[in-house]
Amino acid sequence: MFLEPDEVKKRIEKIREEIPRSVFSELEEELSKVEVTEEELNKIIEEIKRRYDYSLVEPGEAVGIVAAQSMGEPSTQMTMRTFHYAGVAELNVTLGLPRIIEIVDARRVPSTPTMTIYLKEDIAEDREKAKGIAKKIESVTVDDVIKRAEMDLIDSKVTLILDEYELKRREITLEEIVEKLTPIKGVEVEYNENQISLKVPNPSMKELRKVATRARGQYLRGIKDIQRVVMRKEGKEYVIYTEGSNLKEVLKIDGVDITRTKTNDILEIHKVLGVEAARNAIINEALDTLEEQGLMVDIRHLMLIADMMTVDGEVKAIGRHGVSGEKASVLARAAFEITVDHLLKAGIKGEVEELRGIVENVIVGRPVRLGTGMVELKMRRELEEKREEA
Amino acid sequence: MVPKHEILPKEEVERVLEKYNITKGQIPKILESDPMVKKIKAKPGDVIKITRKSKTAGESIYYRVVVSD
Repeated sequence: MFLEPDEVKKRIEKIREEIPRSVFSELEEELSKVEVTEEELNKIIEEIKRRYDYSLVEPGEAVGIVAAQSMGEPSTQMTMRTFHYAGVAELNVTLGLPRIIEIVDARRVPSTPTMTIYLKEDIAEDREKAKGIAKKIESVTVDDVIKRAEMDLIDSKVTLILDEYELKRREITLEEIVEKLTPIKGVEVEYNENQISLKVPNPSMKELRKVATRARGQYLRGIKDIQRVVMRKEGKEYVIYTEGSNLKEVLKIDGVDITRTKTNDILEIHKVLGVEAARNAIINEALDTLEEQGLMVDIRHLMLIADMMTVDGEVKAIGRHGVSGEKASVLARAAFEITVDHLLKAGIKGEVEELRGIVENVIVGRPVRLGTGMVELKMRRELEEKREEA
Repeated sequence: MVPKHEILPKEEVERVLEKYNITKGQIPKILESDPMVKKIKAKPGDVIKITRKSKTAGESIYYRVVVSD
């Protein structure tokens, strides 16, 4: 007697919470293809539960150490070369060991911030629209479109000689620049064909220099911090790669697919999208870096590291200033780095060592609370006494 | 990239704490200033249920308690 499909569904529904979602959906799918009897189904469910249980990490397993080793060993094989042209048209991206270090150190700013900007489906294949968005994103300052700036102390003016080629390439007009420069305080703007003069009221070298710097740094358009944009066709759609990163502003631009667009600046992700997104970014960035080097590290190890870095709601580094440096135990901290400082400070504060961790117990020569050392045995006195009497 | 965040009802919090035999202080934290916390308007002390997409388990549930920063 085979069970009805509905009956099968009902039965497996009971174990939905007990096994991972992926295992459950696989089971559901496989069962929809075959007919099973009640006895068979029970056996299948039993076996799945048993195997899942068997695959779980044992209590007391030193997962942290295993994760550290699993990431540490492959990193010895990684290239020490910092820069690498990642196949992406002439964009500079830090990869390999330096990048891994950057990720686990939770650096404020990565050494080569980049963004990968995806466009919304309806415009992703349109070259012109993609170009338009790329143009909106790339920041252009006056400095980018001039050949040079001359300071004239006699006439007390700064003259900007425009670079017509750059103007044409970036599609910026003279008027646009003039408009942006006019608000500069106390400056009179005059212009002709390919140069703009800024007259300064009180002539002094200092004043001229100030105006020149101010004018050159003036943003004409684009998003701050994004220095360069490269467009690439991937499959059918156009993807924009940038040098420099400003997630918040880029996400505001119309036509940008906010679900896929990413940056390699993890702290920026934390600020704009929150810890959970930052955790995902840590995992993905580390995994991509390792994979690019042809190394396979199980994602579970990276997940553990990412979880550890984000437990407190902010992104903390692994190391002196982060996870290791904030351990509760004095001896554990002292064993890591700057031993004397930690011991001295603990002495002044009167810290208590609970001897709960691993390092502490190794130091004092006690069994480590790991694996079989996790359990404590208690003796029932009366039983023992009875045995003695007997 | 951002998984689903939702505030866990009070009764559910009790159930979760009991299930894992822990106190609220032992749950991983999330800052009050976190963009997602602001979005779902959670207050410090609330427990947030996060449904993550996992490469290994398909989907996994994580909890974070909101703390003020």
